Amino acid sequence: MNVLDLIQKEQEKPSVPEFRPGDTVKVYSKVVEGGKERIQMFEGVVTVRKGGGLGEAITVRRVAHGVGVERTFLLHSPRVDRIEVSKRGIVRRSRLYYLSEKVGKAARIKERKQERKTAK
Amino acid sequence: MDIRKGSINVKNIIGRKVGMTSVFTEDGRSVPVTVIQAGPCTVVQKKTKETDGYEAVALAFGDVKPSRLTKALQGHYKKAGLAPKRDIREFRTGIEGVELGATITVDGFAQGDRVDVQGISKGHGFAGGIKRHNFSGGGASHGSMIHRQPGSNGDTNAGHTPKGSRRPGHYGVDRITHQNLEVVRADTERNLLLVRGPVPGPKNGLVIVQLSVKTKVTA
Repeated sequence: MNVLDLIQKEQEKPSVPEFRPGDTVKVYSKVVEGGKERIQMFEGVVTVRKGGGLGEAITVRRVAHGVGVERTFLLHSPRVDRIEVSKRGIVRRSRLYYLSEKVGKAARIKERKQERKTAK
Repeated sequence: MDIRKGSINVKNIIGRKVGMTSVFTEDGRSVPVTVIQAGPCTVVQKKTKETDGYEAVALAFGDVKPSRLTKALQGHYKKAGLAPKRDIREFRTGIEGVELGATITVDGFAQGDRVDVQGISKGHGFAGGIKRHNFSGGGASHGSMIHRQPGSNGDTNAGHTPKGSRRPGHYGVDRITHQNLEVVRADTERNLLLVRGPVPGPKNGLVIVQLSVKTKVTA
């Protein structure tokens, strides 16, 4: 393994839970506020998961007080404390950009109760 | 006092550019860095005012088969009583207290240091004005007929092209110094220097890292 790969590997988190776009996740991120560090939770639907390796990032969308909020997180950033998957969803594309145009019922995502059978 | 002269830690080193990546800083920011495989270097020669007319130290870096060197260079290393190295570069600043035969590693560098990095830029061959001097170029369509041409060379009254006009020509393979780059990390175990931002030259290109001339003088 070359030096560049090594440098990247040692910064990556040993484990990130398995999830994909359409799933609902809780992202616990560290926030520095008034000189004090605390952990803030952001829960929403993963709309995009892009990049690979150290640069892998996710975009999480939630509707707060009637306003859509999207936040991106670098998966391997030390500021992201941990990620929990709270719901699995069934979606048919990898980038859920269409969600930003949908409100209310139209923005629902069906829940995935069991793993899809792998095609034979 | 100029800290470049008083420092015990030698902030001069020769290395090879490994490539670019990004690292996370302690406060969680992702920073683009160039990784330099730097040192260990050995001091092969000390030049003095009496013998050479100026003060300098010559550092050598890189493994090489002794038979690949010229007889003259082999003799040079023999005189110093040191193992032959591939490249030699002279440094004229920050050299106080450096002894012949000393080994210089990235130990002298610390996170937050500002350095100047020198390298030989990538060759672009014979390049046009757009690539070489950031000219704008003409319109692509609507019959413009001036696509990537350099345009005017000056007024017709002068009757000649002024000296120093920016024209197409050979671009790259110049010695470029990138000043005031931040040292993000100095990895003493693997002899790596991580410097913020890009560094001139191709991967595997030889680079010279020195304490920046722009470093603020501390009392």
